[in-house]
Amino acid sequence: MATGAPAHVLIIGGGGTGGALAHDLTLRGIKVTLVERGEITSGTTGRHHGLLHSGARYAVGDQESAIECIEENMILRRICPGSFEENDGLFVALTDEDMDYMELLLEGCAECGIPTQQLTTDEALKLEPLLNPEVKAAVRIPDGTMDAMRMPLRFFATAKHNGAKIHSYMEVKDLVVHDRVVSGAVVHDHVTGKEGEVRADIVVNATGPWSEKVAAMAGVDVPIRPSPGVLLALRGRLCNMVVNRCHKSGDGDIVVPQRGLSVVGTSSWTVEDPDDLGLPEDHIQRMYEEGSKLIPAVRQAEFRAAWSAARPLIGSKEQADTGRELSRTFKTYDHKETDDLEGFVTITGGKGTTLRGMAELCANVICGKLGLQVECSTRETVLLPHTAYYAA
Amino acid sequence: MQTMEETVSGTGAVTETRRFRVFRFKRGDQTPHFDTFDVPIEQRTTVLDALKWIQLHRDASLSLRHSCYHASCGTCGVRVNGREVLMCVTAVHDLGHEVTVEPIANIPVLADLVVDMEEFYDRFPDQHPYVRRSEFNPEAAVPDGIATYVRYEDCIECGLCVSACPIVGTTDAYVGPAALAAAQRMIEEPRGADPARLIDWADDPDGAWRCHAAFECTEACPSNVNPAARIMELRGMLVGGRLSFRDREEEAR
Repeated sequence: MATGAPAHVLIIGGGGTGGALAHDLTLRGIKVTLVERGEITSGTTGRHHGLLHSGARYAVGDQESAIECIEENMILRRICPGSFEENDGLFVALTDEDMDYMELLLEGCAECGIPTQQLTTDEALKLEPLLNPEVKAAVRIPDGTMDAMRMPLRFFATAKHNGAKIHSYMEVKDLVVHDRVVSGAVVHDHVTGKEGEVRADIVVNATGPWSEKVAAMAGVDVPIRPSPGVLLALRGRLCNMVVNRCHKSGDGDIVVPQRGLSVVGTSSWTVEDPDDLGLPEDHIQRMYEEGSKLIPAVRQAEFRAAWSAARPLIGSKEQADTGRELSRTFKTYDHKETDDLEGFVTITGGKGTTLRGMAELCANVICGKLGLQVECSTRETVLLPHTAYYAA
Repeated sequence: MQTMEETVSGTGAVTETRRFRVFRFKRGDQTPHFDTFDVPIEQRTTVLDALKWIQLHRDASLSLRHSCYHASCGTCGVRVNGREVLMCVTAVHDLGHEVTVEPIANIPVLADLVVDMEEFYDRFPDQHPYVRRSEFNPEAAVPDGIATYVRYEDCIECGLCVSACPIVGTTDAYVGPAALAAAQRMIEEPRGADPARLIDWADDPDGAWRCHAAFECTEACPSNVNPAARIMELRGMLVGGRLSFRDREEEAR
């Protein structure tokens, strides 16, 4: 790589991953440009249910993700003070099968370092009086609520104030590839309507469920399955803690309270085109059915919104019909290693909760490629408030 | 699921078509103009769904702001048939046959329906906290180790109140309803802020006194902030403060 002038990295995608990566690279002294075709966090990031994962949801079947979640949960509380509804969460058992699962959950959480507290029916109902009175027992875990836009925005704000150039409404139309080296992107500026070219030493594909489309511009493939889920927002806060069903991950098994709303999620299927998710009516009805098992008042609560959001899950077409089977972990692909294509890296998979960890992993790979030895410092750096993103 | 081009969400029968007139402007244009699109809609189609359909199937150059799809982020504020709304919770079905979509007013337009929120945030008091005490389910016990249940503030910083305010439209100097409501919330629940400093900040000809009590802000607010009532509350505090100050002066004499 070039010496002298600082290296320049172009990040494609203004979701949580791109924002956290811009922040990480900027702190390591790298020049960063980030382009996003729409508003910041307008893809998957802003649309997720806003759960700050404790990791308990994955502690039984997907411990790699569970450990990532609990570690990042604790780090985010430290570096984003004032950004979370820190009310913890419950896993509630409603049936004998749920009680069997609770044993596995407690074991899994212990193995992953997720703190738990067992609660009786009475104790659970005291904390959340609107829970299904049939609740047999509950486990308290350190879940929380995040503002799906404003928490990630703090990474963008801090990156910007440290010199990163963040361009929303700038869409990548093509990648510049010569002799198996990616050296930039052709961009369309939606503010001016003009086209241009951005040159970079490394181009990072941080486009979540759009990763496959962007990778195809460089003639390579990444095994990403856009796997949408339906979410239902109801008016009123039916609980203060996050309420999860204590069983294997399924439809409508979580109610995330947020602001003056209760968000019921979610379902899972897979699509080809992340721009065309649809909103299946039967999935909305399932949110009512399953959600009201946890909190009966879900049934009567006033409708506020229903929408779909696409998870970027790692897996091939053959591996997944619904996406439930796929791990929530994240992965960085150095396309030099996978496709003999220099200057191009994809970071994908993961969760809103693990955005910082994803960025650290990806920035390590980028620094390796650039021959730079700079440690990651995002674990300790307290982020600017979200409003700083809009400050001149 | 299905990817039928003729439906917006691709899951149900098309109920009807609506005509959208959409405000268009790119930097460098002499004047803005409107483009017209016929959009097939279903029962649940929102204005946001309809504009995303236009972007995907008719005109990829259309710019709009959106993020959460459930009235929590505040990015998708526009004027629909002259009224301030969030696109994501406005059902097209409930609107007339022709739907005119324009950017919110009193905030500079960046492109098409996208506004530049820099000035909006400039007006806020510094470091306004975003998490407050939760008043929901007051009978609920709080678990060990948690001081009090908390939640995000009602204000989603969407700018709809600023767009609807007849006074902001006449003077740039007025701090406007969103910022005054935020200040009132900090006085009500300081969370480390200094209420005296905020009262001084609001006690200004371009602060709480500039409002003409049109209540358009409260009408436009999609998130139950009720900025007008909060501005009146601030004025009450300011008047009360002045009276008690005069009392103290008289006592001193």
